[in-house]
Amino acid sequence: MSGELRILPVAFTARRPQRMIERHIVAYRRQWLIIVSGFFEPLFYLLSMRAGLGNLVGKVSVAGTQVPYDAFVAPALMASSAMNGAIFDSTGNVLHRLKYARIYDAALATPMSPTDVAMGEIGWALLRGQLYSISFLGVMAALGLVQSWWVLMALPACALIGLTFAGIGFAGTTYMRGWADMDIVNTATMPLFLFSATFFPAASYGSWAWVVQLSPLYHGVALVRAANAGVWTASILAHIAVLLLVSIIALSIAARRLDVLLRK
Amino acid sequence: MTESLIVARQLVKRFGEFTAVDGIDVEVQRGEAFGFLGPNGAGKSSTMRMIGCVSPVTSGSLRLFGLDPATHGAQIRRRLGVVPQLDTLDTELTVQENLWLYGRYFDLSRSEAKRRAKELLEFAQLADRADSIVDHLSGGMKRRLSIARSLINEPEMLLLDEPTTGLDPQARHVLWDRLYRLKQQGVTLVLTTHYMDEAEQLCDRLVVMDQGKIVAEGSPRELIDRYSTREVLELRFTAGTNEALAPQVQGIGERQELLPDRVLVYADDGEAALAATHARGLQPESALVRRSSLEDVFLLLTGRTLAD
Ligand SMILES: Nc1ncnc2c1ncn2[C@@H]1O[C@H](COP(=O)(O)OP(=O)(O)OP(=O)(O)O)[C@@H](O)[C@H]1O
Ligand SMILES: [Mg+2]
Repeated sequence: MSGELRILPVAFTARRPQRMIERHIVAYRRQWLIIVSGFFEPLFYLLSMRAGLGNLVGKVSVAGTQVPYDAFVAPALMASSAMNGAIFDSTGNVLHRLKYARIYDAALATPMSPTDVAMGEIGWALLRGQLYSISFLGVMAALGLVQSWWVLMALPACALIGLTFAGIGFAGTTYMRGWADMDIVNTATMPLFLFSATFFPAASYGSWAWVVQLSPLYHGVALVRAANAGVWTASILAHIAVLLLVSIIALSIAARRLDVLLRK
Repeated sequence: MTESLIVARQLVKRFGEFTAVDGIDVEVQRGEAFGFLGPNGAGKSSTMRMIGCVSPVTSGSLRLFGLDPATHGAQIRRRLGVVPQLDTLDTELTVQENLWLYGRYFDLSRSEAKRRAKELLEFAQLADRADSIVDHLSGGMKRRLSIARSLINEPEMLLLDEPTTGLDPQARHVLWDRLYRLKQQGVTLVLTTHYMDEAEQLCDRLVVMDQGKIVAEGSPRELIDRYSTREVLELRFTAGTNEALAPQVQGIGERQELLPDRVLVYADDGEAALAATHARGLQPESALVRRSSLEDVFLLLTGRTLAD
């Protein structure tokens, strides 16, 4: 009921999102291969960048110091994979549970609220995302791409990226009519992946650099890059604020839409 | 002392312009077994979903355990067991997991949830299928699992939307027995059904709904006494001639009803009605005199009659 949802920010009204996560842990015990496969995609990217582009491009300037291209790209790939993982978990899987497996209908007949369900799904996406982020970090370290101990701050940064995109993905999914609409997801994430100062510094976009700032991923990439370089400036706070704001809006929309869809 | 668990006043449910539930008044006491009867689309499930606090009330008032579903939904749902018309089992989980994980939604501890799950597996006669994936169960088994799942929180009130649809006769009788035992333990039962024998067996009191409105209310016995005659004469004529011959029984007994496959004559004395039929020169292929049932009431209230 809308009465249960009136207080903002909606995320704080969640009482038992961990139940949804528990359900997924049990369900995925039999599908661990799906989880494991998620480790590989970003690693392949990283290795191909190192072998190919790295040799061609040479050094790039990050926070005033020259770094090899693969050390420049690695944090961006880490941020992108946090985005992709969160989007993946919060679109296709959620659509299936929402419209076809109808798992949420059953949950909402119990004390669980739409906010619990939405926050549970997003929590699950974060949890899975953190697993991948940790392993990504391990590989970065093994390849000698880590520049500072501050890199550990990349984990909370990736959690924030995951929160933002899981929220956006979930909110968007509640508007989908069926599987056909899933194509939009790829269409939307591809340009984000390519144009969020992922592969080139924002400055190389010239007078169009401001457009790049509209991408939430750009702010995420900036955070992870700063963590790896260990160089913190005041602009970090702005990046965090943007991601938090987008998350809160997306989560509120997601919980409200779930309420509208499932409580007819 | 009686305690009203459900109090609905002028309850309305609209979907856009369409009114599915049109101002019903219902009161259900603790410990009662209460039934909603009515043809397809009458608004039974819409009512049940409002009572289950998963569908907001459009207008009118609804109180469950004295609480308003708009503000205390979670507290109310904690005390309810719900079997929806269509199973909402988790098809990616096993039978056992479906039970105990559902218990977790009610904040049961993991060990308590698993303990109850084990008991309910016996209850649903699914102990040997505990580790099957739900997708692999038969329709009737899924239904039994849905019912078992609704009991995981030991509800004070059980909402059953067509609980036995899809069950074989034996499983239905087992379920009736289980529901009867729950009722004896003090659990309030609210159910919808299309089976009149089920309603007669289980319900202390029921309402008949049609087009979103309540058209009759009472115990099964009261409804039969009020709306039907003591006996019913069922006549079957040669296929395809029912329609043509039916007018000829007009005036016999108190009331006549034309069904697609037979003609019903309502009379306190069925044998006399049969004699009168023969006296008019009618030769039914078969004739049967039986006691009036809830089905007759249902047909009168919601179906066609020769009189109109
Ligand atoms: N979500 C919905 N959106 C629009 N109309 C709906 C919705 N749910 C139910 N209705 C309509 O409301 C009316 C009553 O439906 P309901 O499911 O309550 O009937 P019912 O008495 O349970 O019927 P049945 O015996 O077939 O289960 C129907 O005309 C149905 O089409
Ligand atoms: Mg129904």
